[in-house]
Amino acid sequence: MTSTFLPDRRTGPGAAAPPPPAAGADRGRARRRAVHWLTAVGFQIPALILFMVLVLLPILFALYAAFFRWGGFGMPSDYIGTENFSRLFADPVFLGDLWRCLLLVVLSLALQLPFALAMAVLLNQRMRGRAVYRMLFFAPYVLSEAITGVLFSMIFAPGDGLADQVLGSIGLGGVGGEWFADPSMVMATLFLVMTWKYFGFHMMLYLAGLQSIPKELNEAALIDGANAWQRLRSVTLPLLAPTLRISVFLSVIGAIQLFDLVWVITQGGPDHHSETMAVTLFQFGFKRYQVGYASAISVVMFGISLVFALAYQRFVLRRDLQGATTTMRGGGT
Amino acid sequence: MTLAHKTLPERPAPAPAAGTPKRGRRTGRSLPLHVVLITVGAVMAVPLLYAVLSGFKSTDQLSRNPIGLPDPWVTSNYTDILVSGSFWQLVGSSTLIAVSTTVLVVAVSALAAFSFARFAFRGRELLFTLFTMGLMFPFAVAALPLFLLLRSLGLLDNPLGVILPQAAFGLPMTIIILRGFFREIPGELEEAATLDGCGPFGFFWRVLLPMARPALGTVSVLAVVTSWNNFFLPLLVFTESTWWTIPIGVQQFQGQYAADTARVFAYLVLAMVPALAFYSLAERQLVGGLAAGATKG
Repeated sequence: MTSTFLPDRRTGPGAAAPPPPAAGADRGRARRRAVHWLTAVGFQIPALILFMVLVLLPILFALYAAFFRWGGFGMPSDYIGTENFSRLFADPVFLGDLWRCLLLVVLSLALQLPFALAMAVLLNQRMRGRAVYRMLFFAPYVLSEAITGVLFSMIFAPGDGLADQVLGSIGLGGVGGEWFADPSMVMATLFLVMTWKYFGFHMMLYLAGLQSIPKELNEAALIDGANAWQRLRSVTLPLLAPTLRISVFLSVIGAIQLFDLVWVITQGGPDHHSETMAVTLFQFGFKRYQVGYASAISVVMFGISLVFALAYQRFVLRRDLQGATTTMRGGGT
Repeated sequence: MTLAHKTLPERPAPAPAAGTPKRGRRTGRSLPLHVVLITVGAVMAVPLLYAVLSGFKSTDQLSRNPIGLPDPWVTSNYTDILVSGSFWQLVGSSTLIAVSTTVLVVAVSALAAFSFARFAFRGRELLFTLFTMGLMFPFAVAALPLFLLLRSLGLLDNPLGVILPQAAFGLPMTIIILRGFFREIPGELEEAATLDGCGPFGFFWRVLLPMARPALGTVSVLAVVTSWNNFFLPLLVFTESTWWTIPIGVQQFQGQYAADTARVFAYLVLAMVPALAFYSLAERQLVGGLAAGATKG
């Protein structure tokens, strides 16, 4: 415990002598406590103001506006109860958003994260060029989604783009096609781009986790005759579990709020086949001025994130808290 | 977590034990390993190289010869963009917004994190939970009312309209990382500073901040990259081109020059350069900060 601005509880060499039991002492102590509290809270004030006004207030306001028919000018006045929500859950586009969100989560957990893990395990060995690979695999993460989106919309341009040209030149011309313009391919293509951009981030997290696993454990398993697969399964993965759980968490939250890439590449098209909740929200809120309805979308997004985050913390992350911190600290020194 | 940036990739693995079996296994395994890595590396690098090379072709040449090397090498796509003022205007406003956001969010978060880390006060846990909950909210949830708020404050088409919300949404992560670091600084230093007549702010300013320089570097790098790449907020706030940032500029440029593919590629490449250069300079802070943030978040 390093909190030492504790006027009343301080012990040790710097401690003030216990106040003499006089009549004024209690009042003095109370005053000192108040000053202490004001000092502590004073440091919080700039952050609190910024956070309250620009984060909490808007979110609370969205909760309120979701119950109105409202075009975004003046204050909402046309109260319609839960009509926005019933309309939302009858709207095939929004139901599709939910379905696509789930699809991206499943694809990420089934393909992207295992791939990132495999790359992390490979790159955790001593080998030539390791630093170059790590840097290259992570590089797309630092590019803006807008740049990535424009780049891949041109790479997957039907016919002229790199993807079709390469496939054509190796005799697989029939495999390619409309990519982002084909309703049945757009999500798969989008997922490819997302994997290109994000797997390096998860790989970096895993690498950080892997490096903090004491080498002795794997060496001991080696001496006991465990082969590589057994060591991965029984030593590495269990010890990496906290990192894995956090990476899953971030991946799901990312899928819930996906906007930039989709907006830049397809704007949700063709015919809503790549639309996400955030894109639908943007369409209604900023293009069609149905702000009450769009607020209902943000409330649902908020609800999904909150329920997921709380459930995940309650059932999955809770037991990790200790482990995660020691894991990160372990290999550092 | 505060030492996370030291645990990260650069740390060379300890030399393998002198035993030979390990070495034998390594050479046996390394060929397929390298094939896999080179393949993945190619998939990662080819889109970027393709963009660089395409920028050196004319659009006509690009459609005749999409895959090969440019022949002749055309530099006008790149030079035209570099001599036009509009590209530099984007770089300028992206830089201004990123730097201002970073200064603001780091300064405000450092104060709050100091209070969280070094004071025991009533309501501390409640406040801290409030901030950490901010990590869970997708920005899109607040986007609409935030836009209306900025509009009524007259902050549309004003860089503050992006800077202030970015700083506000950056608070949770920054506070969490800094709080962890501030807690590690030994209490004895604080007692010594107090005995020497330092008040809480004096200790914060003269002792804590200088000692926390690595952590400040980490959170600053995170804030710069987040701001630099932000798309949604500038898209909402900047209706006129005066303050457009690079991501908005790239999207607009593609719309404007859709037919001139080679020029768009050149533009993309130039737009990537600052982020990639920054990444190569600040890789450790960035990766360490992300890992630390993820672990704490």
